[in-house]
Amino acid sequence: MVELETTIKNRAGIHARPSAMIAQTAVKFTSRVFLEKGGNRINAKSIMGIITLAASFGSVIKIIADGPDEQAAAEAIKALFDSGFNEELG
Amino acid sequence: MIENQPKVFTVLDLIDLDLKEQNALNLRCIAGRSGLSRAITVPDLNRPGLALAGFFESFAWERLQIFGRGENAYLSMLQSQNSFDSIKKLFTYQLPCCIFTSSLEPGETFLAEAEKAGCPILVTDLNSSDFSGRVIRVLYDIFAPKTTMHGVLVEVFGIGILLTGDSGVGKSETALELIERGHRLVADDVVEIRCVNGSILMGQGANKVIGHHMEIRGLGIINITHLFGVGAIRDKKQIQLVCQLEDWDPNKTYDRIGMDELTAEILGVKVPKLEIPVKPGRNIPVIIETASMNERLKKMGYHSAKEFNQNIMRWLESENARALYFSRDDY
Repeated sequence: MVELETTIKNRAGIHARPSAMIAQTAVKFTSRVFLEKGGNRINAKSIMGIITLAASFGSVIKIIADGPDEQAAAEAIKALFDSGFNEELG
Repeated sequence: MIENQPKVFTVLDLIDLDLKEQNALNLRCIAGRSGLSRAITVPDLNRPGLALAGFFESFAWERLQIFGRGENAYLSMLQSQNSFDSIKKLFTYQLPCCIFTSSLEPGETFLAEAEKAGCPILVTDLNSSDFSGRVIRVLYDIFAPKTTMHGVLVEVFGIGILLTGDSGVGKSETALELIERGHRLVADDVVEIRCVNGSILMGQGANKVIGHHMEIRGLGIINITHLFGVGAIRDKKQIQLVCQLEDWDPNKTYDRIGMDELTAEILGVKVPKLEIPVKPGRNIPVIIETASMNERLKKMGYHSAKEFNQNIMRWLESENARALYFSRDDY
């Protein structure tokens, strides 16, 4: 199991589009991927789930991956967060 | 399944609760606003009569303090006698808040002491017994064990069914077809489950803002309320059956008779569970509908599979009995 921490860097937070990007990246891996914010953990392969986190600008998100390609999965998702989803950074 | 860490529930959260008419608490804060962030840690009430009289042994200060007519009358008496020692002592405790029922309001000294101590004073127009009943119900609900699960909760023929399964197995599509057939959506994707009374699992959407939306691959996010009307949704529903959808595994034996009853355990409560293999050409919504009706029959005391088997056994018995009268050669 791999756990990485990241913060939301784009001003708008995780709205529908970033959430779709995360889910689309997560489904490419066979590992189970979760995002956690404030003790609330959801499946990162589900768009609605990610939106439910209500992750606004500056929130700290923990990425948890568990499975054969856990390292690659967690890093790919962290890279997405770090790039700010090609949006305006705060 | 993931256990959520309990979040702090503050006095402000209690005032902010969005409750329907017959459950509304009608609270407003008249003093001690600085303490609205105080946490409510136990789902219980206390009538602080003894404390006001100066007896603080075993004083349950961590509970909500309810002041009814009796307590308020005693406070007025203290005010008229200018004896404020017990009030001052009362506020040395970290009370979560004091609640005055029947729109009663305490005297100025009490309010001033509360303000000084940063203890919120709330007033409700309900009478004490009404208010106690409602607030206990609300608090028990809030302090109930909670978890969130990945799945879709639908109501089919009155039975709350939680569809679970891996991403992409077709939970949302199945739910959509069920809604189209006149059943109801409770929550898609993230289902928040509370264990009420230790035996009932209540499921609801995790978030009101995005509730009753679904993500369907190829369509995107759709609003069920607007598309299918309010008749197609429900706010919460008891989970009475879990249907686990999974890709057809040729090496696995699926239940063919329905005599063995699988259960899923959620928050320590056992719920009947069905494992439904998904394969192109299998009409899952129809299977779910039938499962729901079958579940209702079971609740009414009729178990199709058991009854079927009993009939077979009875028939075999009678054939045996008949064989005594007829020699085998007659056939």
